[in-house]
Amino acid sequence: MSDHDHDHDHPPIADGDEPPAAARVRALEALLVEKGVISHEDVREGIDWLVSRTPADGARVVARAWVDPDYRERLLADGREAARELGVDPGPAPVLVAVENTERVHHMVVCTLCSCYPRGLLGPPPDWYKSLPYRSRAVSDPRGVLAEFGTTLDDDVELRVLDSTADIRYLVIPRRPEGTQDLTEDELAALVTRDAMIGVVAPAAPAAVGA
Amino acid sequence: MSYRPGQRVRVEAREHQGHHRTPAYLKGKTGTVERVHAAFRNPETRAYGSDGLPEQPLYLVAFAQRDVWPDYGGHADDRLFVDVFEHWLQEAQ
Amino acid sequence: MQRSVHDRGGWPTDAAIDRSEHELADWELRTDALLGALARHDLMNVDQLRRGIESMPPDDYERASYYERWLFSIEARLAEAGVLAPGELDARLAR
Repeated sequence: MSDHDHDHDHPPIADGDEPPAAARVRALEALLVEKGVISHEDVREGIDWLVSRTPADGARVVARAWVDPDYRERLLADGREAARELGVDPGPAPVLVAVENTERVHHMVVCTLCSCYPRGLLGPPPDWYKSLPYRSRAVSDPRGVLAEFGTTLDDDVELRVLDSTADIRYLVIPRRPEGTQDLTEDELAALVTRDAMIGVVAPAAPAAVGA
Repeated sequence: MSYRPGQRVRVEAREHQGHHRTPAYLKGKTGTVERVHAAFRNPETRAYGSDGLPEQPLYLVAFAQRDVWPDYGGHADDRLFVDVFEHWLQEAQ
Repeated sequence: MQRSVHDRGGWPTDAAIDRSEHELADWELRTDALLGALARHDLMNVDQLRRGIESMPPDDYERASYYERWLFSIEARLAEAGVLAPGELDARLAR
């Protein structure tokens, strides 16, 4: 064993609130490093990538699409390329499809089989997205699910639920709120929440943000 | 790619032992091809150590919610969009 | 139509959606990153991860937390690949 093994962050001392899995995965990592199967750097890099991912990146993509119609077209044609244009790393999923909410259509995304999610643009998915009730009811009772999030759609709006069963990741482009014509792109991005890009809520109204 | 956008397709109602990504609720249901994606390695074989080749065409298929759930309580126009592999689809009327 | 425990679309439930959130614990980030590390070394891909999770006994699947399922699957895969001997990790923990 080299001294280099001690250059990585030490995990916290075992904690009474942790499940048994916590000690288990730490022991597993140590075993695998000892066997030369992986390195601590491999794991460190993975953790670094995960914690670097934030919905602010998705919000920038949406805000740009709101202000720039040509960018919007490029985003709808190829989500990964459009994200990279803004310096956002779309992550490992091979295809990112942006779906646009309109006056007549509202989109909502789920992965009924597991937890597929555009982590590159939104960060890790919230627990509720991965939960059994969401995975069950998002497809069979989506309006009921929206109501739980405080969201009601107008009568003539078609609700489209996308079940991410394959390697395509879906990002919702929510509708730009009323009264935002004078906001800067950064101010617009601040209105775009993670949950709006999953499709369970509308973006924040401008009055709600700073003042 | 065998199917085109706008074409009616039915999801095969077959049992599949082992890993597959066609949800049970969709088996036997008929929808409309919305989008033709690229072809992808087959997760059904990749899950068991194979390279997943040959790649299989993947489609985004749209279903009327009322065609999927007998008791669907939402709006008549509500739809469900699911990515389905070509080898799970048949032509429908 | 038969369905496996992970295949939840339309599964009958009256449960409300618990919207509380938690920041990922160190061990959870580590588990996630471990899969990525194994993938980079061609030992495990995401389809094998899912297959392993789906093979959990149904009650265990429903009781387990998200990353507990991942860990179950990773251990199963490493045993399958002959990287981990039976009981080896337990013996390590008992040290």
